[in-house]
Amino acid sequence: MTMAAGLWHKDQVLLNGAALEADRRRENRQLLMLCSPGILLAFFLLCLPIGWLFWFSFIDAGGSPTFEHYSRIWNEGAYIQIFIVTFETSALVTAICVLLGYPLAYCLSQMSQKWSGIVMLGVLVPFWTSLLVRTYAWLVLLQRRGIVNTLLVDSGLVHQPLPLVNNLTGTIIGMVHIMVPFLVLPLYASMRSIDGTYLRAAANLGASPVKAFWQIYLPLSLPGLIAGLVLTFILCLGFYITPAILGGGRVQFIAQRIETSVHLFPTWGPASALGVVLLAFTLAILVLSQLLLSRWRRRLG
Amino acid sequence: MTLLGPSGSGKTTLLMTIAGFARPSGGSISIGDTEVVRLPPHKREIGMVFQNYALFPHMSVGDNIGYPLRLRKTAKGEIAARVEHVLELVQLEGYGSRRVDQLSGGQRQRVALARAIVFEPRILLMDEPLSALDKQLRERMQIEIRRLHDRLGMTTIAVTHDQREALTMSDRVAVLERGRLIQFDTPRQLYERPINRFVAEFIGESSFVPVTVDRGTALYGDMKLQITETPPPDGPALLLLRPEKLILSSRPLGREVNRFDGVVEDAVFQGESVLLTIILAGGHEIQARIPNRQLDCRGIPVAGSAIELGLAAEDALLVPGDAS
Repeated sequence: MTMAAGLWHKDQVLLNGAALEADRRRENRQLLMLCSPGILLAFFLLCLPIGWLFWFSFIDAGGSPTFEHYSRIWNEGAYIQIFIVTFETSALVTAICVLLGYPLAYCLSQMSQKWSGIVMLGVLVPFWTSLLVRTYAWLVLLQRRGIVNTLLVDSGLVHQPLPLVNNLTGTIIGMVHIMVPFLVLPLYASMRSIDGTYLRAAANLGASPVKAFWQIYLPLSLPGLIAGLVLTFILCLGFYITPAILGGGRVQFIAQRIETSVHLFPTWGPASALGVVLLAFTLAILVLSQLLLSRWRRRLG
Repeated sequence: MTLLGPSGSGKTTLLMTIAGFARPSGGSISIGDTEVVRLPPHKREIGMVFQNYALFPHMSVGDNIGYPLRLRKTAKGEIAARVEHVLELVQLEGYGSRRVDQLSGGQRQRVALARAIVFEPRILLMDEPLSALDKQLRERMQIEIRRLHDRLGMTTIAVTHDQREALTMSDRVAVLERGRLIQFDTPRQLYERPINRFVAEFIGESSFVPVTVDRGTALYGDMKLQITETPPPDGPALLLLRPEKLILSSRPLGREVNRFDGVVEDAVFQGESVLLTIILAGGHEIQARIPNRQLDCRGIPVAGSAIELGLAAEDALLVPGDAS
């Protein structure tokens, strides 16, 4: 009772209450000031351009409001087809990345700190090289008289050079190569944090190594896998250079169509509308995956 | 039984070897009549409670406990019944559907225990099972585990660096030092008859004074000690003094009691007793305890006051070694 009474003045005013509240407000103001450069940057470089894009997509050539850009996307089969190709190819690339990247991330996480660092360099060095350079490198490797086909024909494995480039195959090879690090990095981080005693516990309870992997390790690595998967898929959706160069015009992604639209139409409207639709899809996928992830994380505690 | 030793003594390594997580360079491990040294861990049928419990975070409490049974292809109905049964055993009835992160430390410990015994393994291993719990909970769990052990009759090997926990929980204790087994005995024997200075120091509180053994007689300075045990071979030895065994009586001491004179250096009130640091007339520093009950009549001794200590002949224990 004596302690509690000490907190209050005679007239029921909290001791130092007003001053402490003022301190709290001042600190919040200072924090907001510190954040302001970032907020301004985000506003001018992100919110404003996207708002602009959004605005243009609802304006026709005469400057009056319209839905024609969206209805064109919806009604013309070609646009739908491009969306389907983009999503299908991205899904395929992501799937191949998972098949290649999961074992790689697993190996990396099991290695000693020193060795995983060295191998990680192998993953990262191409990552630091220009996208354009790597894409053209694949063109050189995969073309009709490229190294890969020469080796295949010389060794007698095939009689005719394989059509490895200027088609979907080339696009997928190039995109997988560029995307694997985006999958491996978050996955590796999450695998590193999995406590080895879980696997020991599983073995102790009678799980063979294969069962322990499927029933314990895989579920525990799922958050990292989903994070990497979503990152890879979203980046694939917006891909431009690689499908353009390695697809040889046969694989059209939305990004390419946006570029064509800019040249084709006198206004920004059609291209903006495509951009907005792509953005909407991307955001929807992000939100969905975040919901999924947060639910899973809650379960993991 | 319990493996007891300071950190680095190899107790956890020994436990991991028994469980199959560490491969020994040679030797044999048998459970009953079965040689298991070459069996992989998942075929050993040994239950284990890990130090951090290692409860799978993506499974509910019931799924965690049922996991070893599912691996053994037990029928669904039977799994549910056995999970319910062990939950009852560890007093967590109705917790089956809880998530692991909704449990307190003590509850997690009991779930880990339930998961380790549900498939009726031949032996149960516990790696510092209680080190993550706070003191009060730890003391309660020690007694609970002991009761459970008595009910199940399952051979249990626990690892601990806490001598009190070892004494409380086990029928027999193995004291390890730097990879060697020093003494394997009942808790009582270990405390009352430690075979060397290491064991005596590690278990319970102790002070040592150097003595010499000459033709079967132990001498502290010029004083001949009354002992009931057979003395160690001639040469230097150490007299083990447990603080609570020293008698600080105002009444005259009998003939069967060894007498020491000393000066109180320091007296610390610790609740249930007062811990005295005493410099013996021979210059050696020792510790003694006055139980709280005896404080009423004598009060806490002041530093600098002279004091007489008694040690019953059956409590005078000599261990090999010299003063250092």
